[in-house]
Amino acid sequence: MLLVKWLKKEAPVINFDYVKPTTEQNALTACKDPLAQFIAGGTNLVDLMKRGVTNPEKLVDITGLPMSNIEQKGDNIFIGSLALNSVVAEHELIKKHLPLLSQALQAGASPQIRNMATVGGNMMQRTRCGYFYDLSMPCNKRTPNSGCGAKEGYNRMHAIFGASDKCIAVHPSDMCVALAALDATVLIANGKLLRRVPFKDFHKLPGSNPEKDNNLLKGELITGVEVPINAAFAQHSLYTKIRDRASYAFALVSVAAALEMNGKTIKDIRLAMGGVAHKPWRLTTAEQFLKSKEATPANFKQAAMLALKDATSYGHNQFKLTLAPNTIVHTLHTLAGI
Amino acid sequence: MCQQPTNDAEKQPSLHHARRNFLKQTSALTALALAPSVVMKAAEKKLDEKAAGFFEQKTLNIEVNGKAHQLSVEPRATLLDVLRENLHLTGSKKGCDLGQCGACTVHVDGKRVLSCLSLAVMQNGKKITTIEGLQQGDQLHPMQEAFIKHDGFQCGYCTPGQIMSAVACISEGHAGTDNEIREYMSGNICRCGAYPNIVDAISEVAKKGGSRD
Ligand SMILES: Cc1cc2nc3c(=O)[nH]c(=O)nc-3n(C[C@H](O)[C@H](O)[C@H](O)COP(=O)(O)OP(=O)(O)OC[C@H]3O[C@@H](n4cnc5c(N)ncnc54)[C@H](O)[C@@H]3O)c2cc1C
Ligand code: SF4
Ligand code: FES
Ligand code: FES
Repeated sequence: MLLVKWLKKEAPVINFDYVKPTTEQNALTACKDPLAQFIAGGTNLVDLMKRGVTNPEKLVDITGLPMSNIEQKGDNIFIGSLALNSVVAEHELIKKHLPLLSQALQAGASPQIRNMATVGGNMMQRTRCGYFYDLSMPCNKRTPNSGCGAKEGYNRMHAIFGASDKCIAVHPSDMCVALAALDATVLIANGKLLRRVPFKDFHKLPGSNPEKDNNLLKGELITGVEVPINAAFAQHSLYTKIRDRASYAFALVSVAAALEMNGKTIKDIRLAMGGVAHKPWRLTTAEQFLKSKEATPANFKQAAMLALKDATSYGHNQFKLTLAPNTIVHTLHTLAGI
Repeated sequence: MCQQPTNDAEKQPSLHHARRNFLKQTSALTALALAPSVVMKAAEKKLDEKAAGFFEQKTLNIEVNGKAHQLSVEPRATLLDVLRENLHLTGSKKGCDLGQCGACTVHVDGKRVLSCLSLAVMQNGKKITTIEGLQQGDQLHPMQEAFIKHDGFQCGYCTPGQIMSAVACISEGHAGTDNEIREYMSGNICRCGAYPNIVDAISEVAKKGGSRD
């Protein structure tokens, strides 16, 4: 009877083992199995499992590890990988020293999801490309060498920078765009040593192996991120997110900008974009161009043009070639107060 | 998806074995005829062992609306399914089951979360409040009263989630202005479009100095 009752119901997720270690070492050991995966907030992983995109045989629940602290360490702010997106966004240290990060987090998902989502999980979240989620469609990211449904398909949300023949998906995170702009460092434990990776090198471009989103090795654990304090940037920073509705939607494009001004001259600047590439996209050419220049509409426009130099569209996302530079200019105008 | 709660942990191993064997002996035909996609997939992949593991249960201690429960659940069971199917608390609704609508919003240790994306096993030791736990005796929660007064719903399907979210919206301090309410209620979708009245209800409760949780 029980079986029949169960069989009649939708049972989308293949069952799996579940363990909850309390030490980092045990977590790393538990995740050594080839089909084991860490779970933190579950907001991405549970979704992917329900849709059959990911089928882990074992979940290693890391929420029992002491990795949710947020503190000042010298000239850096340290944020533990289990710190909740909502807690980071509203934390006094973050609002004071890293308001750009706070704004980017507030712009992501919904209050309920931010109460579950963690910093490490946010970095590791997978693309929202519809073909990646649709098991009946080809997708090189989900099933290597099956093809890319999006390239000739409905690719309105897709990349304009750094895509490859194999994959044109974007990384959907808002938080990561701010962390890339702010030159954060990712701290990674692998059981032997603590690896430090510059945030901008954490995520990778799709290249020939889009099944890998980033440079974390199997079984490695993100323990936290470190973000340098910059008083000038804390005074002048802004995250702009353009989306299909006013809230609770992924970015079409977004811009994270931080400025250090000297009178009317830009002394230093950080610029990164979201919704445009397989990783948070730093606009280094535009940054270089604007350094030591005056904050004028003409210079901002020129910088945005430079930023878009290597952009390509794939049909439905052509509008991003206009939306992206407009958003850069708008953000810089607002930030410079002109 | 979930079994009825088994409060007697002692019985687990034998029950478990019986089910495991039963499943192993069930012919593939029966499984195919009844055809949940997951069994098909398991069969295709020759994952007999995994299919048998469907009934692997974990003990879960949770407090729901002030009452302690010891349950036995599969790791894949979501908190939403355990609330609805095992505890028969059907107030929390399953809208999308994918984190996109907010109908399943409940409070876990005082924070609003989506129960459809929460694995039940991960809630061990936690305190859950659902819409059924808001009223005190016959007295509705002020937010429930306000939703009725302001017509904050039409079909009512999103309403339990809206109310759970609304109570949290105020206790988090995000109900200062109508715009702030709109932003911090954006995780709750209403297909009937009762939004203006929902904002009125929350705004009134917020002005009266908040709510009881
Ligand atoms: C409806 C909806 C809307 C959303 N909108 C937005 C949005 O607008 N902007 C945005 O940025 N995000 C958005 N998100 C995504 C959300 O931010 C992510 O799902 C969330 O950040 C993931 O964090 P988590 O802790 O829940 O991760 P989990 O789901 O627990 O894990 C995700 C992945 O990270 C891995 N992982 C987790 N922690 C670690 C660690 N410490 N070390 C190594 N690996 C780890 C897991 O193994 C898993 O593969 C949305 C999600 C939903 C469901
Ligand atoms: S863009 Fe990438 S994720 Fe989307 S279908 Fe193509 S390969 Fe898959
Ligand atoms: S049912 Fe959980 S968000 Fe829709
Ligand atoms: S009242 Fe019908 S969905 Fe909101």
